[in-house]
Amino acid sequence: MADQALDGAAPRPLLSLRNVNMTFGGVKALKNVSFEVLPGEVHCLAGENGSGKSTLIKVITGVYKPEAGAVIDYDGQSYSHMSPVTAQASGIQVIWQDLALFPEMTVAENIAFQTVIGRWPRLVNYAEMRRVAINALQRLGVAFDVDLALHHFPIAQRQIVAIARALVGEAKLVFMDEPTASLTQSETDYLLDIVRNLSASGVAVVFVSHRLAEVLEISSRVTVLRDGALVGVYPTKGLTQSRITELMTGKTFDYSVLHRDLSTSPVMLEVKGLSRPGEFEDVSLTVRRGETLGITGLLGAGRTELALTLFGMRKPKSGSVVLDGKPVRFGSNRDAIAAGVAYLSEDRLSLGLIQPQAIADNMVIASLDKILSGGFISSDRKRSLVNRWIRDLGVRIGKQDDAISTLSGGNQQRVAIAKWLATDPKLLILDAPTVGVDVGARAGIFDIVSKLADSGLAIILISDEVPEVYFNADRVLHMAQGRIVGEFTPGATTLQAIEEAVYA
Amino acid sequence: MTVLIERVRNALGPELAGPFAAFVAVMIVFGFAAPNFLSRATFGSVAFQLPELGLLTLAMLLPILTGGLNLAITFTANMAGLTLAWVLQSQGGVDAGIGAFVLGSVLAIAVGALSGLIMGLVIAYTKAHPILVSLSMMIFLRGLGEFLTRGGDVSGIPSFLAPIGYGSIFGIPVPLLIFIACVLIWHVLLTRMKLGFNTYMIGSNIEATRYSGINTRKVQVLVYTLSGAMCAVAGIIMLARFNSVRVGHGESYLLITVLACFLGGVNPFGGFGRVIPVFVALVVLQLLSSGLNLMGASQHLATAVWGILMITVMILRWLAGRLKFLNTNRG
Repeated sequence: MADQALDGAAPRPLLSLRNVNMTFGGVKALKNVSFEVLPGEVHCLAGENGSGKSTLIKVITGVYKPEAGAVIDYDGQSYSHMSPVTAQASGIQVIWQDLALFPEMTVAENIAFQTVIGRWPRLVNYAEMRRVAINALQRLGVAFDVDLALHHFPIAQRQIVAIARALVGEAKLVFMDEPTASLTQSETDYLLDIVRNLSASGVAVVFVSHRLAEVLEISSRVTVLRDGALVGVYPTKGLTQSRITELMTGKTFDYSVLHRDLSTSPVMLEVKGLSRPGEFEDVSLTVRRGETLGITGLLGAGRTELALTLFGMRKPKSGSVVLDGKPVRFGSNRDAIAAGVAYLSEDRLSLGLIQPQAIADNMVIASLDKILSGGFISSDRKRSLVNRWIRDLGVRIGKQDDAISTLSGGNQQRVAIAKWLATDPKLLILDAPTVGVDVGARAGIFDIVSKLADSGLAIILISDEVPEVYFNADRVLHMAQGRIVGEFTPGATTLQAIEEAVYA
Repeated sequence: MTVLIERVRNALGPELAGPFAAFVAVMIVFGFAAPNFLSRATFGSVAFQLPELGLLTLAMLLPILTGGLNLAITFTANMAGLTLAWVLQSQGGVDAGIGAFVLGSVLAIAVGALSGLIMGLVIAYTKAHPILVSLSMMIFLRGLGEFLTRGGDVSGIPSFLAPIGYGSIFGIPVPLLIFIACVLIWHVLLTRMKLGFNTYMIGSNIEATRYSGINTRKVQVLVYTLSGAMCAVAGIIMLARFNSVRVGHGESYLLITVLACFLGGVNPFGGFGRVIPVFVALVVLQLLSSGLNLMGASQHLATAVWGILMITVMILRWLAGRLKFLNTNRG
C-alpha cells in the first residue's frame, strides 16, 4: 500500500498483482509474487525455465486459481482470482508459442472467426470477417492477402495473424510467450516493429523471451523471477545482457575467449571439397584433437546437412573425409558411430532423445553393446554406466527410470551428451546444443564441452547465436548458402565483426 | 483401500496393478456367485483354453510395442497349421511318424516366420502403415488358404499329437506348458535383449531411435518375423487340439488379442507394455468366460462381458488418472 502512495505521479497500472502464491504437489511454484503492468507499455517477464513465468501468466489469464490472499487489480476492478472467461472478456489475450491457429483456413477466418461465434442468425458472414480482419491488420501497420490460406505464410507472418486475432478480441493486455523462438533475425526485427505499433496504439504487451538482446531492445521495464519468487522490477535503460543473466540465475558469469595452443595437436578430422548439391558445396575444414571448431550462419546455411553427412546419415556427392588418419566413407550412422563420430541433434524433442522413455534407457541406447553380458542386457552394468555419467556430467534427476521428458532442457541436454560420450567418440558434433536451455544451464553445458575438448576430443559446435561460438570455440567458420565464407579466430577478431558478417 | 492399492501397485509395478486387481475381482465375484468355481475343473478348462488365445496375443504384442499391429495372426496360424497337416498327410496321415511331425513343425514355423518377414520388410522399407500391410497379408493368406483347402477341413492327424492338445505332465496341461515357455521367452526377449530394448524405443520414436544408431529396419523386420513364428506355434497347438485345420479357425480371436494387450496395460501407440501383465490379463479373460459358463451362460454372453470389462477398465484408468491429478494438485 505504501508503494502505491509513493508512485502517485506514475500512471495507474492496468494490471497489478499482489500476494500471489501457487503450490503444485508440494513445490511452491510462486512465492508471494507481485507484478505490475502499465497501460501501453512493453514489459518483459524474464526468468529461467521453472522460475514461474508461465505459472504467473496462467494465474493472470485464469487457467490457475492462486491460493487465498491474492489480489488481482485489473482495469479498475479487483479480483481474488481470474477465470478464463472474465480474462478474455476484459481484454487479456495470450499468444502461446504454438500460436493455436488453423493452417488450412484463410487469414480472415483465422483472425475473425470469434466474431461470428454464437451470433444469430447462425450463418458465417464472410464480408464481415474480411472487414474485421483487414481492420485488425491495419492497426498493426501490415497488409496481407486475407483470402489466402494461412499455411502459405512463413512463421513470422503467422505470429502477426495471431496478434491480429488478439486485437479483434479488444485486447488491452497481450502476453507473448517466446514469440521469436523460431524466427530469423530479420523476421524478429519485423515482429518487434509490430510490437512497437501495438504498444503505440495503447495495448500493453508482456513479452517473454529467452533472447536477452530482444528484451533490451523492446521493453521499457523488466520483471525478473527466480525460483518462483520476484527478484525485482528494473527499468530497461541501464540493464545489460550479463546483468539480466545474473539476476535470472543469481550467479555471475565470466565471458572470455578461449586461448588454447593447439598447433602441435594432431588433426582428428580433415574434410576436403565435400559437396551435396543443393545443400552444401565444396566444404573443407580440419578439427584437431582437443579443439572446438565453431560453425555459425543463418538457418538454412547447410550446417545441419553438413553435420548429418559427417555422421553418415546422408551421402556426399563428392569430396573426402579423413578421420584420425584414416579415410572414411559411411554407409549409415552406425558406421559413423563405430568409427568414433557422435552427433547431438539440433532437435532434442523429436530426434535427439526419446522423450517418453526412461532417462537410463536414453543414456545407453547408443552404446548397448557395452552393457551386454553373455548377450543379455545386464541391469547392473546399465545402472553403473548411468550412475557414472549422471555423476560426471552433473545431471540432476529423480529416478533413473523416470521419463526423460520430466527433466529440464539443460538436464535433458546433459543426458544427450552422456549418451554420445558413452560411445567413446573421437569427434563430437554438437548441433545447436543450447536450444531450449536456460541461460544458467547453458554455462554448465559449455563447461562440459570445454572439459571434453581438454580431454582430447575433437568438437564441432554449430550454433546460430554468434556469441555462443565466439566464447566457446577455438576457431569459428561462417557458413552461408552452403559454403564456408569466412574463418575467424575469436581472440583476433571482435564479436561485433563476426556478427556483422553473419547477420549482414 | 487406497493404501492397499498403492502397495499392490508398488509391489507389482504400475502395469501389473490393473490386471491383478481385475484378477482378484473375478476370483471373488465368481467364488461367491458360482459355488463350484474354485475347483480343479475350472482351472483345468482355463488351462486348456488359455494357450491358443495366449500364443496369438504374444504374436500381437511385439508389433503393438513397435507402434504397429499384425492383423494377419490368425490366418498365419492357419497357414502354419496347414503346412504341418500337409506334411503329416504326405507321410502317411494317421500313420505318420515323429520325424514327419518334427519336419512339419519346422516348416510350419518357417511359413509363419516368412509371412512375418514379408510384412516386416514391406513395413520397414516402404514405411507403409502396419495396419494396411498386415491387412493385405491377412486377406492374401485367407484367400490362399481357402483356395488350397477349397474351404474344407484338413484332417487325418496321427494320434500321438493328441497329448500336445490334451495331455498333461505332472498334472499341468501340455499346451499350457508350451504357452508358459513362450511367455518366458518373450519376457526375456523384451527385458534382457537388445532386440527387446530397441522394440520399445522404436515404439516411442522411430526417428530418434534411428538417429541413435539403431538399425530400425532390422528391428522391424525381426519383430514381424518373430510375430509370424509365434503364430505358427499357435497354429500347431490348434491343429493338435482340433485334430484338423480349417482356414478361418480362431478368426474371432484376432481383436480379442488386441484387447488382451490393452487390458495388460500395453500402450496402444507403442513403446510401453510388459509380457507378465498381459499374461495375467489373459488369465482374467479366460476365468471370466469359464465362470460364466459354469453359471450356465452362453459363450456369446461371455464375449459380451469381455467387451464390458474392457470398457470398465478404460473408465477406471481414466478415473485413476484423474485421482492422481487431484492428489498432486492438493499437494
